[in-house]
Amino acid sequence: MKNIFAVAGIVIKELYRRKDFYVLFIVTILICLVMASVNIFNDAKIVRYLKEICLLLIWICSLVIAVTTTARQIPAERENRTLLPLLAKPLTRPQLLFGKFLGCWLACGLALLCFYVFFGALAATREHQWPLLDYFQAATLHWFMLGIVVAMVLLGSLVFAAPSSNNTICFVIIVGILFVGRHLDQVALTLREPLRTVVYSIYFVIPHLELFDVRDLVIHNWPLIPWLYFSLALLYALGYMAVFLAGACLVFRRKAVN
Amino acid sequence: MSVILKTQKLRVEFRSREMRQATKVALNGLDLEVRAGEVFGFLGPNGAGKTTTMNVLLGFVPPTSGEASLFGIDVRQPIARQRIGYLPEMTYYYKFLSAEELLRFYAKIFGLARGEADKRIDRLLKLVELEHARKRPIKSYSKGMQQRVGLAQALINNPDLLILDEPTSGLDPLGRMKVREIIQRLKDEGKTVFFSSHELGEVETICDRVAIIHQGELKAIGGVHEIIGRHTSLEKAFLEIIGFQTPPTP
Repeated sequence: MKNIFAVAGIVIKELYRRKDFYVLFIVTILICLVMASVNIFNDAKIVRYLKEICLLLIWICSLVIAVTTTARQIPAERENRTLLPLLAKPLTRPQLLFGKFLGCWLACGLALLCFYVFFGALAATREHQWPLLDYFQAATLHWFMLGIVVAMVLLGSLVFAAPSSNNTICFVIIVGILFVGRHLDQVALTLREPLRTVVYSIYFVIPHLELFDVRDLVIHNWPLIPWLYFSLALLYALGYMAVFLAGACLVFRRKAVN
Repeated sequence: MSVILKTQKLRVEFRSREMRQATKVALNGLDLEVRAGEVFGFLGPNGAGKTTTMNVLLGFVPPTSGEASLFGIDVRQPIARQRIGYLPEMTYYYKFLSAEELLRFYAKIFGLARGEADKRIDRLLKLVELEHARKRPIKSYSKGMQQRVGLAQALINNPDLLILDEPTSGLDPLGRMKVREIIQRLKDEGKTVFFSSHELGEVETICDRVAIIHQGELKAIGGVHEIIGRHTSLEKAFLEIIGFQTPPTP
């Protein structure tokens, strides 16, 4: 485990020493503060729109951070040849992969924590309340969704040669799942065989990232998700992370390092 | 002296996509023996198979046939790498880390306790003359300084065998001299050094034995003076061994 944590530590250091996170965080703050400073139509419930936009920006920023940070990990190690001295030490390839995964996931978690603290503070200035359990559920589900994304992108970084192509393909898949994923079963019903089976198969195989999108919960101050369903969603995410990481280990085992 | 690095009838074949899956023989029946405490120079023109040999020794490339072992352990077993240090050619270490952080990271991988790691990092940074720049990010280092950080990382586990792939490649004369001095100091400490180089002058100065490889085959192996033989320098002996004909002067 010490090797995995050592590699993860380097990934986290990389994130907070690069400018990407700070730029996205500051842009989010500026947009939200500008929007918070005006009260269009003098609507008392305007805070909901503000919360919605802030959460949308947080989702976009977190996906950008997760995908771009993860996509460059292994290709950068290969390109800079740091993979060679690393694997010449008593560090196995699966340990390196798990370390990279853990580092990216924890780094995303830290970034998410900053974003949600800002979001909570912004909402509290208008609503004068801190629904901490709502925020906890939303942020945790969001973080586990990013875990699936990180594992998927890590696998992609071993399959696709260039980080840019991996970034593009992963973004298309993620956005596709978020927007279309939940409707695929209904689409399948309108199709003829064998296309119907194909679309149904895709529906059951893809990780349903939209399940983790509970923004409405915090926007409209809805009641909490039952803890059993919440736990099942986390288990669902862990299952997909394990599947993607196992695939990454299999691909990386056969990959030439030089 | 005991043999700590050994290859027997080592053969490596690659299938080249560019050549429509044609087989390229990178190493052909390579027999090598490196003894404890010696500085061993591994010479050959570009594409001769030097880096491939090192990649096999480090477990990066599986041999097609033959055997390779370090300290009597098959190179395919990760434990064989516990007592070695490796410096690859032209590596660009994590730019966002300082030399101290980089060495601490590698020390963690070897499971060194914090106190022990601190002592070793201090000693290594002194050895490679980077104490003054220990807190600076590596991206601000010159090429020579980066190469010396590379040497320090290769020594973090106090290895018995050092494998260095062209350690002076791309360095200015001062940088080359510093790396040469470090290798000399390691030799005085009783370390075994196996390194490839194109700088035949420095090989002549610091090596006990050399091997010359060409087109994947071992052409000569022995003491430096033995290889030089009737020639005036190692360079001339090297050129003759690899079959290079000097054009007649007009």
